[in-house]
Amino acid sequence: MIECKDIVKIYTNGGVETAVLKGVSFSIKKGEFVAIMGPSGSGKSTLMHILGALDTPTSGEYKLDNHDVSSLSDNELADIRRNKIGFVFQSFNLLSRATVLRNVTLPLVYAEVGADKRRPLVEKALRSAGLDEDRWSHKSNQLSGGQMQRVAIARALVNNPSIILADEPTGNLDTATGEIVLGTFQQLNRDHQHTIILITHEPYVAQHADRIIHIQDGKILSDKKNDQKRIVHSHPEL
Amino acid sequence: MKTIDIIQETYFALTVNKVRSGLTILGIVIGIGSVIAMVSIGQGAQGTIEASIQSIGSNLLIVTPGAQRGAGVQVSAGRGSAQTLTKEDADAISNQPIGITATAPEVSRRYQVTARGTNTNTQVIGTIASYPTVRNIAVEEGSFITDQNVRSLSKVAVLGPTARDDLFGQDGSAIGQSIRINKVDFKVVGVTKAKGGTGFGSQDDVIFVPLSTAQRFLAGDTYVTTISIQAQSADQMTQVQQQVTDLLLDRHHIDNPQLADFQVLNQADIVATASSVTGTFTILLGAIAGISLVVGGIGIMNMMLTTVTERTREIGLRKAIGAKRRDISLQFLAEAVMLTLLGGVFGVLLGWLLALGVSSFAGLATTVSTTAMLLAFAVSAAIGIIFGYYPARRAAGLNPIEALRYE
Ligand SMILES: Nc1ncnc2c1ncn2[C@@H]1O[C@H](COP(=O)(O)OP(=O)(O)O)[C@@H](O)[C@H]1O
Ligand SMILES: [Mg+2]
Repeated sequence: MIECKDIVKIYTNGGVETAVLKGVSFSIKKGEFVAIMGPSGSGKSTLMHILGALDTPTSGEYKLDNHDVSSLSDNELADIRRNKIGFVFQSFNLLSRATVLRNVTLPLVYAEVGADKRRPLVEKALRSAGLDEDRWSHKSNQLSGGQMQRVAIARALVNNPSIILADEPTGNLDTATGEIVLGTFQQLNRDHQHTIILITHEPYVAQHADRIIHIQDGKILSDKKNDQKRIVHSHPEL
Repeated sequence: MKTIDIIQETYFALTVNKVRSGLTILGIVIGIGSVIAMVSIGQGAQGTIEASIQSIGSNLLIVTPGAQRGAGVQVSAGRGSAQTLTKEDADAISNQPIGITATAPEVSRRYQVTARGTNTNTQVIGTIASYPTVRNIAVEEGSFITDQNVRSLSKVAVLGPTARDDLFGQDGSAIGQSIRINKVDFKVVGVTKAKGGTGFGSQDDVIFVPLSTAQRFLAGDTYVTTISIQAQSADQMTQVQQQVTDLLLDRHHIDNPQLADFQVLNQADIVATASSVTGTFTILLGAIAGISLVVGGIGIMNMMLTTVTERTREIGLRKAIGAKRRDISLQFLAEAVMLTLLGGVFGVLLGWLLALGVSSFAGLATTVSTTAMLLAFAVSAAIGIIFGYYPARRAAGLNPIEALRYE
């Protein structure tokens, strides 16, 4: 369902051209849990922006659900994002003074889902993300880091997107909490067949996925099945 | 994005920082409030002036001696000083075939008037029995000057309420008493009803005597200073004005209307002139107050620009989850318009209170019109759109990737 062919991204700043992605090709099938791993500055986030329809490649072809996304307008890209993509960021990016429920409802507002249909979808997403019901009416700045990331995951899930893109989702969390969040992704992938792309610079984090695409200096170094998958068994409280 | 969602988002965004929103709204409140107050004072003044012009009579034409302003040349010694009108002119006018209800000539001048030790300086008007009809005057006590009084040169006087108060006190009985004008004794036979108006424009500080008596014993000549004519209807005013002009030109043997030794003023023209003066005055006051409204608008823009910068990451996030340019710009525009509309509501309230205060403490009449209020709302919404447009555009134009990276 994701097909990338020779993706090139060149930034031009004041006449200076920087090639960040230098011909990247891969495909990801529905229901896969893939880690994109590479050192800082290797072009992972740039690739995620293209996969997430926030940006378009300089050249190359990107197909999402058999639609060519490589050369769409701003508004068409926004439509792709609201219907097919769920983002999880390193720094959560929640509306800090809004409640958990409001944060998770926001994508439904832009997707113009009817007001009466929103609440069940929001509750389902929050349950899938494993956030306790007694936290739902809290303001998001009253939560712990792990809880905030679960709200962000629920927000990414609520539209039932084709892919969930997580850029360094454990980067702001301690190891134990990070482990729990990774467990949540595994569970979403295993129990709900969500397609998940996990972006990280830490090999340890990448070990939680089924497949690891190793990227360096804008090129794919290796792309293989993860034989030593670390599985987080429990779905413990945060 | 649905309208109800935009309203909810707007409410949420504005309540996050209540103090800042409140202060920004205050700028608009003061702007709208002062515009409303100033325009109310202007319109109140207009109403007062129009009412006082209307109260001197209805469908009134006034003939006064003196030259009309010719094309570029001023041909006379000045209005009022010329003695060109006589009672015969007035009689000729009232004998005109159509359009005239009544005609009243008058000779008026200020005199020192005494009565039993009190004295006052007041306007003495010599006139005839039809004067009350033409000039909207009603008699409170006794009777007005009669035709018989005029024919027999009676030394009788009718007092205006202010003149009565000055000479005989608030509740002193004046009827039958004697007053002395210019060394001539008059017997008081009536008192007129109060018409209102204060100071220089008072129509109550006056004494009426028969025209013939005034000409013989006070003025010592046969001229009149004004002829008031009441037309039958407003439609006929212009026609009657033309007729009277033609008649008087003929009687005074003047061929060139530019050289006329009198002028015929139409009440409607006087009202129109006064209205245009007070209208200009209102616009001027409103414009001065409008400056503070513009300052309030700049306050809105300032706050919105700050908000956009502060919420850059939020804008990036909204775009990442599917907001389009239009959604973002609508949201910020809605915030600006909401601020100005709230400012408008409280501004109208403040302006109304100010107008009320001016009426009761400064004694100036004020009129808070619905038009002014509706206009205030329209203007405040427009200010929101105008001053919110640039910040909203800036927000909508942000690149989501850069916005998400923004610290
Ligand atoms: N807008 C831009 N203009 C120029 N260079 C950029 C821009 N965005 C990213 N880069 C460069 O691209 C490279 C890869 O960045 P990024 O994709 O964020 O890497 P990663 O997420 O793997 O750390 C970096 O060297 C960065 O400086
Ligand atoms: Mg990165």
